[in-house]
Amino acid sequence: MQRKKIHPHKYSLWIAMGSITMMFIGFTSAYVVKRSQANWLAFELPHIFWLSTAVILTSSVTIHLALKQFKERNMQRYKQLITLTALLGVVFAVCQWLGFSQMKSEGLPLSGPVSASFIYVIVGVHILHVLGGVVALLVMFFRAYRTRVRSYSAVPIEVAATYWHFVDILWIYLLVFLSIAR
Amino acid sequence: MSNEATLHSQQEVMHGAGAHDHHDHEHHDSFISKYVFSMDHKMIAKQFLITGIIWAIIGAFFSVLFRLQLGYPDATFPWLESILGHWAKGGRITPEAYYALVTMHGTILVFFVLTAGLSGTFSNLLIPLQVGARDMASPFMNCLSYWFFFLASLVMMASLFVQTGPASGGWTMYPPLSALGDASIGSKIGVDLWLTSMALFVVSQLLGGLNYISTILNMRTKGMSMTKMPLTIWSFFFTAVLGVLSFPVLLSGFILLLMDRHAGTSFYLSDIFIAGKALANEGGSAILYQHLFWFLGHPEVYIIILPAMGMVSEVLAVNSRKPIFGYLAMIGSLFAICILAFLVWAHHMFVTGLNPFLGAFFVLLTLLIAVPSAIKVFNWITTIWKGNIRFTPASLFSIGFVSTFISGGLTGIWLGNSSIDIHLHDTYFVIAHFHIVMGVSAFFGMFAAIYHWFPKMYGRFMNNTLGYIHFWITLVGAYLIFWPMHYEGMAGMPRRYFDYSSWTSFNQFEGLNQFISFVVIIVFATQLLFVFNFFYSIFKGRKLTTMNPWKATSLEWTTPINPGHGNWPGEIPEVHRWAYDYSKDGRDFIPQTEPIGPNESAH
Repeated sequence: MQRKKIHPHKYSLWIAMGSITMMFIGFTSAYVVKRSQANWLAFELPHIFWLSTAVILTSSVTIHLALKQFKERNMQRYKQLITLTALLGVVFAVCQWLGFSQMKSEGLPLSGPVSASFIYVIVGVHILHVLGGVVALLVMFFRAYRTRVRSYSAVPIEVAATYWHFVDILWIYLLVFLSIAR
Repeated sequence: MSNEATLHSQQEVMHGAGAHDHHDHEHHDSFISKYVFSMDHKMIAKQFLITGIIWAIIGAFFSVLFRLQLGYPDATFPWLESILGHWAKGGRITPEAYYALVTMHGTILVFFVLTAGLSGTFSNLLIPLQVGARDMASPFMNCLSYWFFFLASLVMMASLFVQTGPASGGWTMYPPLSALGDASIGSKIGVDLWLTSMALFVVSQLLGGLNYISTILNMRTKGMSMTKMPLTIWSFFFTAVLGVLSFPVLLSGFILLLMDRHAGTSFYLSDIFIAGKALANEGGSAILYQHLFWFLGHPEVYIIILPAMGMVSEVLAVNSRKPIFGYLAMIGSLFAICILAFLVWAHHMFVTGLNPFLGAFFVLLTLLIAVPSAIKVFNWITTIWKGNIRFTPASLFSIGFVSTFISGGLTGIWLGNSSIDIHLHDTYFVIAHFHIVMGVSAFFGMFAAIYHWFPKMYGRFMNNTLGYIHFWITLVGAYLIFWPMHYEGMAGMPRRYFDYSSWTSFNQFEGLNQFISFVVIIVFATQLLFVFNFFYSIFKGRKLTTMNPWKATSLEWTTPINPGHGNWPGEIPEVHRWAYDYSKDGRDFIPQTEPIGPNESAH
């Protein structure tokens, strides 16, 4: 134990992120295989996806600030910032959902052409991962109000923040991928 | 240090307040927290093992049922109707029941027994004990891992009892058969339950795998460098890496399949006619599923066999009283297998219309696996060569493992060639190959490990005489069952058929099929003997009197006979040497905890 070791929970998170990445690699490679076959219908992504991108990028900034405030023990600011982050996460999910309805109204339902079905599934599974992060933030939020046990360890919030940045980057990857490989 | 920190933080999470001092004092656990929602890795290991044994009995019993049909297609067994009801009208299994039985036999044994029951049990038991940790990196996640597996088991079990029966399109669940409820009776709710159960199973495997990796990398005791670890730990490590990287891809495949079933999408479906009517689905590709499935499916066979390899290496070294031969080569070959595992999946798809040019690469990569496999086999043989072998049931099963791994592995070279595969694919040759190399071998590794580490789990020994009977009948029986299948396969007899009696070409195998089925029943009965031995010995086995009954070097034998939660009552011992100092400098064995002497060189 002489050398400084990374906390096991953080380590587990990194492996989990690798695992989630593999899942999306599975989806996107299925997409690539399918795209090279006949009858592939190309269409433009809903424009609201760009707004949701801005939202999730902002939320990455707020959670970063939240972590900073936690380390400086400004608990009031910390609570405000994680609430804001969680809210932005929900707004992101709503924006994606609006994108779905837009696609539907343009004649691209889930059961429509396979290129559209892929968007629903890939974006949908990503939304679930963001909402998982929202749940984690809610847990952090209630923990911050606990009076009986006070936790001074920054590990849980660091884990949550890393995960949050991860789903953010994952979305950027998906957006770029889905825009280029149409 | 970090060990203590994790246990504490975990307890804080679970109990809310109050940090217990976990070592030196006994926990005052309730029945629930000790035996049910336990966070002790040793208890979780036992939970995995016993659940696995129950599944193994069910899965093996299914094979007895369908072997009855294959061996005695014209006979009727009235007792079958009393247990299977309308699935065996008049005492003869119906075709639908036959397909349900083979599908469930495959699913249960591949996933629930040889994945969860094997690596779930022994990764949990041995990783903390052999690297010198108080528990897993996250005991809570470890507990969740078991309970997700339990949920998956419940759902799969429930699917056996629904009116339309369980999934019956084969354990690989290929679309379109699995994607369309109208395709067959076994494609209805059975498939939904199957997919739900497997999704829960994947979650369980990921939670477990995360823990195994971070425990091995982070929580080793002082002095336990990576190259001082026993080979068991290396094999669990690579197993977990394979699982964490490949199971999520399987999950993506399942999500798309579920969408095709219920949301009207066409990922895998195109131009399908059911009962003369064309379906609306267009633009899908059934082969896409096969790519996603086998990207997991192939690493999955190494997920099954690597833990067995690691444990066999350990058992052979201990019982030959010799250091393992080629320790670094063993690690290197595990690593090579781990990498190649991801690059060979299309050899399951040579006859799907795969581009033959692409096929050539997959042939080459597949044949390359023979190199690390051969390195391992030579190293096991040279380990026992001129050893002072103790023929315990564990070491017999390990030697049996090497035997079946060779004979099953060699036929893999045949099947790995795409040209020979055109003749042999989907025949009994394939069944013989994968049952010997993956089924029987993995079971032998598992039996070896159970006999070897039973004293650590329960503080008692299993009965040796029953162990010897178990070994010899199983070894001879396994060869008698699967060896003849090679000939059937070479003659072109296809797998998955319900009844061959109207097929003149294969009438010559009537007697052989009866013989195989007869041996299956004997071998199955012998496994029940093992189960009896296992449960009887938990309560009535000969008690352990010393901490280190096998005179082994590794850390698990430095714990008390019945270790509490936290494993070592005092400090965790420090490690000074590798795990294989047997017959060194005139001494029978030197434990890992003993410092290197002044006139001694490390290995």
